[in-house]
Amino acid sequence: MAASWARSGLKFCRNFVKPWSVEVWKGQAVGARRGITQASTERAGVNGFLHAPLQTFCEEESMMKDAVKKFAQERIAPLVSKMDEQSHMDESVLHGLFEQGFMGIEIDEHYGGTGASFFTSILVIEELAKVDPSVAVLCDIQNTLINTLFRKCGTEEQKSYYLPRLATNMIGSFCLSEAESGSDAFSLKTKAEKHKDYYIINGSKMWISNSEQAGVFLVMANANASAGYRGITCFIVDRDTEGLSIGKKENKLGLRASSTCPLTFDNVKVPESNILGELGQGYKYAIGMLNGGRIGIAAQMLGLAQGCFDNAIPYTQQRIQFGKRIFDFQGMQHQIAHVATQIEAARLLTYNAARLSEAGRPFIKEACMAKYYASEVATLTTSKCIEWMGGVGFTKDYPIEKFYRDCKIGSIYEGTSNIQLTTMAKFIDREYQA
Amino acid sequence: MSARVLVGVKRVIDYAVKIRVKPDKTGVVTDGVKHSMNPFCEIAIEEAVRLKEKKLIKEVIAVSCGPQQSQETIRTALAMGADRGIHVDVSGKDYENLGPLQVSKILAALAKKEDVRLIILGKQAIDDDCNQTGQMTAALLDWPQGTFASQVDFQEDSLKVEREIDGGLETIKIKMPAVVTADLRLNEPRYATLPNIMKAKKKKIDTVKPSDLGVDLSSQLEVLSVEEPSQRQAGVKVETVEDLIKKLRDSGRI
Repeated sequence: MAASWARSGLKFCRNFVKPWSVEVWKGQAVGARRGITQASTERAGVNGFLHAPLQTFCEEESMMKDAVKKFAQERIAPLVSKMDEQSHMDESVLHGLFEQGFMGIEIDEHYGGTGASFFTSILVIEELAKVDPSVAVLCDIQNTLINTLFRKCGTEEQKSYYLPRLATNMIGSFCLSEAESGSDAFSLKTKAEKHKDYYIINGSKMWISNSEQAGVFLVMANANASAGYRGITCFIVDRDTEGLSIGKKENKLGLRASSTCPLTFDNVKVPESNILGELGQGYKYAIGMLNGGRIGIAAQMLGLAQGCFDNAIPYTQQRIQFGKRIFDFQGMQHQIAHVATQIEAARLLTYNAARLSEAGRPFIKEACMAKYYASEVATLTTSKCIEWMGGVGFTKDYPIEKFYRDCKIGSIYEGTSNIQLTTMAKFIDREYQA
Repeated sequence: MSARVLVGVKRVIDYAVKIRVKPDKTGVVTDGVKHSMNPFCEIAIEEAVRLKEKKLIKEVIAVSCGPQQSQETIRTALAMGADRGIHVDVSGKDYENLGPLQVSKILAALAKKEDVRLIILGKQAIDDDCNQTGQMTAALLDWPQGTFASQVDFQEDSLKVEREIDGGLETIKIKMPAVVTADLRLNEPRYATLPNIMKAKKKKIDTVKPSDLGVDLSSQLEVLSVEEPSQRQAGVKVETVEDLIKKLRDSGRI
């Protein structure tokens, strides 16, 4: 497992593999500082793969992780509380995300994007989530869903028009869920009627993230209801299209700075050239993209858990009760160590799923595991962190309660935990069949 | 303008890290500790890149002296907009003895070799706080210097430098080639954007040895010991002004 990602991870570091690889592991490997000798890094394992810990990054991945961290701490952190309270993402944050290249990570340089790897997106999402999970989800949806859909399914014309915009100033929204179809996505009722060379879309969507700011909407509508889900088609709908109205923002428990609105489609006219990919293949694209998006959400939940943990531990080291730090009580130590282990496990699941995906190997089961586990770990971590902080953890003066509120959606959106478990079970069933 | 600018960037312990002294008192703990570019060097790179963007100079070369890891710092400079990097490979005992005098000799040699018209350095490094390299480099090259610069105006063959001095601000005009050291308010360094980090991969970093430049790294200084500053003593509250004066007299302060 580790070996195969290592090869793919190195492949994606392109020409930096040879001169940098040994130095990278000597100098930078997170969690692998001791025991990595020249000999062990150069020793080829079975099949000629090098063995490195999952948390080994190539140089540009490390540099990007540091760049995001710095930006997040300096430009986003001061605004988090205000954005949460007002349920509004500050313009400077949106501009900053575009300026720094966080919104077009996998988009080719040719189209104005960063041209980096999927794993880099995961690192960016994780670092952003440590500061504000709402900002992370905006970045995640843009990169793992919208950009990927355009990159994989778009015609050259669509790519040339939308990719440069998505990389520089346009936010995208992915519109699948409806009031009556969440987990049962394929039973969606939004229809697209064909007329000559255009389609008329009627229906409504619900729980659409980023919709307040989006310039383009990828709408899943059924162009052939009699064919069931095989009629579902992905349509590109620009914001200013007549008939498209964006409803009032939901007043949410968490991820409040991320706008979540219902959409209504009232005889929305869309040219045939705005079909993304092929007619009737929308269901396939949706499933395909959501598999990767799952890893992005896992990264978001992972960052959330880590950010919450990072904020809580210093408090336990400073707070003195009964003459010693509360960290020094065995009960606390055991809880803290338990949570730290869960976070590490979630991290490894997430990184591994990402590396598998990069390597072009099957990754769906692992992606489900990562998303399911990371969201559960986020819930556990945030709950415990509030307890460790005691009374102050319960107040809005400290960031902990926000993490607690933000984590709950992790086990719900982009595939509920139950759906993830069912999907995993299907794979397991197949694996064990004679 | 066909001018080349040399910018020195130093790899130092990150400013946010809590420094710990080694038990044997020979220095501070650097193993496994987060390092990054000296903040004043970031300001220096930013200034050089801005001059290039204004088309006042042609090329920005980032230089760092140190072990292999210094290349990370150069890479960051490239991601901020420098054109190419030079890594002067210094490690082991030589690296421990590397101080402003040795670095300024290296920079002077490089300035001549690369036909440089302007050297921009940070005013000081946050690890040793020497504030000497810029001045020494200028002296070795016999070039004018504009230190503690809070504003630099490029004119045809000279620079107008506004300096932060104890009494306020001093503006001087110096002829090029010259050395400038950057102070805090010179500019606000940009973030290295992700696309620029990717572009930086394609930029070249040359490695040279001090011996190639004909520089002697021997030092006249020997560090005897490094210790933590003494623990801060608790203060004492007094009730009246008379008490205060009495206490100050008793402790020999007045």
